[in-house]
Amino acid sequence: MEIYPHQLLFNKDTQWNLDGGSVVGVADIERYRLPGHEKANELVFVNGRFDLNLSKFISPGLQVLALENASEHSELIEKHFGHSAEYLKDGMHALNTALMQGGAFVYVPAGVELAHPVYVYHVTDARAHDALALPRSLVFVGKNAQLQWVENFVTLGSGSSLTNQVTEVVVDTDARFYHYKLQQDSKEASLVSSTHIRQIGKSFAYAVTISLDGHIVRNNTHMVMEAEYCESHMYGIYLLQGKTHVDNHTIVDNVKPNCYSNELYKGVIGDEATGVFNGKIFVRQDAQKTNAYQSNKNILLSEGASMNTKPQLEIFADDVKCSHGCTIGRLDEEGLFYLQSRGIPEKQAKSLLLHGFTSDILEKIQLDPIREYAEESIHRRLEML
Amino acid sequence: MLKIENLQAGIEGKQILKGINLDIKPGEVHAIMGPNGSGKSTLASVLAGRENYEVTGGSVTFDGKDLLELAPEERAGEGLFLAFQYPVEIPGLSTTNFIKTAVNEVRKYRGQEALDAVGFLKYMKEKMAMMNMDQSLLSRPLNEGFSGGEKKRNEIFQMAMLEPKLSILDETDSGLDIDAIRIVSNGVNKLRGKNNSVLVITHYQRLLDYIVPDFVHVLYKGRIVKSGTKELALELEERGYDFIKNEVNVGEEA
Ligand SMILES: Nc1ncnc2c1ncn2[C@@H]1O[C@H](COP(=O)(O)OP(=O)(O)OP(=O)(O)O)[C@@H](O)[C@H]1O
Ligand SMILES: [Mg+2]
Repeated sequence: MEIYPHQLLFNKDTQWNLDGGSVVGVADIERYRLPGHEKANELVFVNGRFDLNLSKFISPGLQVLALENASEHSELIEKHFGHSAEYLKDGMHALNTALMQGGAFVYVPAGVELAHPVYVYHVTDARAHDALALPRSLVFVGKNAQLQWVENFVTLGSGSSLTNQVTEVVVDTDARFYHYKLQQDSKEASLVSSTHIRQIGKSFAYAVTISLDGHIVRNNTHMVMEAEYCESHMYGIYLLQGKTHVDNHTIVDNVKPNCYSNELYKGVIGDEATGVFNGKIFVRQDAQKTNAYQSNKNILLSEGASMNTKPQLEIFADDVKCSHGCTIGRLDEEGLFYLQSRGIPEKQAKSLLLHGFTSDILEKIQLDPIREYAEESIHRRLEML
Repeated sequence: MLKIENLQAGIEGKQILKGINLDIKPGEVHAIMGPNGSGKSTLASVLAGRENYEVTGGSVTFDGKDLLELAPEERAGEGLFLAFQYPVEIPGLSTTNFIKTAVNEVRKYRGQEALDAVGFLKYMKEKMAMMNMDQSLLSRPLNEGFSGGEKKRNEIFQMAMLEPKLSILDETDSGLDIDAIRIVSNGVNKLRGKNNSVLVITHYQRLLDYIVPDFVHVLYKGRIVKSGTKELALELEERGYDFIKNEVNVGEEA
C-alpha cells in the first residue's frame, strides 16, 4: 500500500496553517536539542523558515545565509537549486518549491573541514492550529571540505502537521558529507523529507536515516554521482509501531564510471504499522565499472504489520557489479529458543535479537553523541515491544 | 533427578517420540546412541522446551517438578542445560553480553544476586581457563562465522558458566578435533559431581572413552530399544546398528 501525503492536504477536516503568526522561542525547543549540542552548530527552521535568532554557529568558515540574501553565491544557487526536481516529479516537491519561504543556503568553503557538526531542527508549530511547513535548504560542500549534518524533526503541540522538506546538497571534489536523519516525531506529525545529494567531483557521501515515530513519514534520499570515483553509503533503520507508516524511497544514480555505492535498510514493524522500501539504482551507459550494492531486510512482529519492498536496478552499462536483495520474515524462532534455553526470558530474548538485528546500522553513525542517542532511543523502543 | 515416563511427542502431526522411559539419578552419566533420524535431538529439544514440538503423552519430572509445565528459560533456571547439535548464529549480539545476560538471569531465577561487571569478568576468566576458551571468540557476535568446532566449544563454555544440574550434550563431539574433544571432555568431567548428571548424545564410542557413561541407551524409531553399560557402546561400534534394527523389526512383525 502506498499513501500519498498530498491526500492529507486536501482532507476537508484539516485546516492548514502556513506560518500563521506562531511564535517559537528558545524555551519551546530546549528539550528537543540533541546531545552534543554544546559542541555543534545549530540551524533552526520554524515552520519552514530559517530562524537566525534560534540558530547558533560556532565553526569558523561555515556560512549560513537566508537563501534570498545569498546573492554573492547566486551562480552556485542558479546551478544547483531545484536540481532535485529532475528526480522528484511529484506534487509534494512542487509544493515546496512553489510556496517555500525563508530557506537557507549553507556554504562550507573549499578546504574547511568542520570539526563540529551542524544540527538542524525542523520545528513545526501545531500548538494553536494544524500546521504545514516547507523547509528548504541548499548545502554546498566545497573542494576538500567536510560537513556532518544531523537533521531532527520536531512538531510542537497536538495539532496535525505536515512538514514537507527539501534539502539539496552539492558535494565537490574530495569533499566528505555525512548526513544523519532522526525521525521520532508525534503521532499526528506527517513528514515528507527529501535529501538530494549531488556529487559533482570525486567525493564521499554518507547518509543514515533512523525512523522511529510519526504518522506518515516519507523519505526520498538520493545520491547522484556525477563524477568518477565517487563513493556513497546509504543506511537506514525503521522501528515502527502503532499505525505509523514509513516509506523510504532511495535513488542511487551512477552517471560516471568507477563509482561505489552501498545501501542497507533494515526494518522492524509491529502492531499495525506499515513500511515501504523502494530502492532504485541507475547505472547510466557511461558508468562502466560501477559497484553498487543494495539490501533491505525486514522483521514483522505482528499479524497486522506489513511491509512492501521493491528493489529496482536499471543498468545501461555492461561492465558493472551490482547486487540487490530483500527479505521479509518473522523473528528467528531458533534464535529465540536458543536464548531462552540459556535462561533469558522471552521478552528480553526478543529484545536482544532485535538489538542484534539493528546493531550494524547503528554502528554506521560515526558521530558519537548521535549514535549513543539513537542507541538509547532504539533501546527504549525495543523495551516497549 | 530426571524421570521420563512414556514420553510421546511429535511435530506437525508427525509422531517422533513413541514412548520414552528414562531415569537419570544424581551424579549419573547416560549416553544415548542411535541411527540418524531416530529422535535423539527431538528428545533433547522437548526436554529443553522447544515450542514447536508437541508433547502428546507421558510425563517428565525434573527434581520433583513437572518439567513440561515450565518455559525454556525456567528450565534453564532449574538447572537444565542443552548443548545444541547445531548452535544458532545470532548476528549483532556479542557473545560476552549474551553470556552475561544469561548468567545473571539464571542467578536471578535461583535467588542469587546479579554479578557486577568486575565480578562477572572474574568468574568468566576462571571458566575460560578451565575450558581453554579463547578471548577472541567471546568478543565476536554469538556463533556468527564460528567454525563448527568453535561453536561446540562455545556451547560447553556456556554450560560451564551456567553450572547446570543436568547437561544434555547433543553430538557435542562432532566437529571437534582430537585435542578439543579431550578439553571439552575434561570440562564436562570437572562439572560432573555427585549432584550433577549428564546426558550425552553421540554417534561415536570415542567420546565415551573420555566421558565414561554409567548407562548406554539405543534410541531407534522413537523408542529406547536397548539399554546397557558402557560395553554396549563398544559392541555398537563393532557391529553397527543392524543387529538391533533386526531385533526390533522382527519384534514388530511378531
Ligand atoms: N521440524 C521438523 N519437521 C519435520 N520433521 C522433523 C522436524 N524435526 C525433526 N523431524 C524428523 O524427526 C525425526 C527425528 O529427528 P531428530 O533430529 O530427532 O533425529 P536424531 O536422532 O537427532 O538424528 P541425527 O543423528 O541425524 O542428529 C527425523 O526423521 C526428522 O526428519
Ligand atoms: Mg540429532
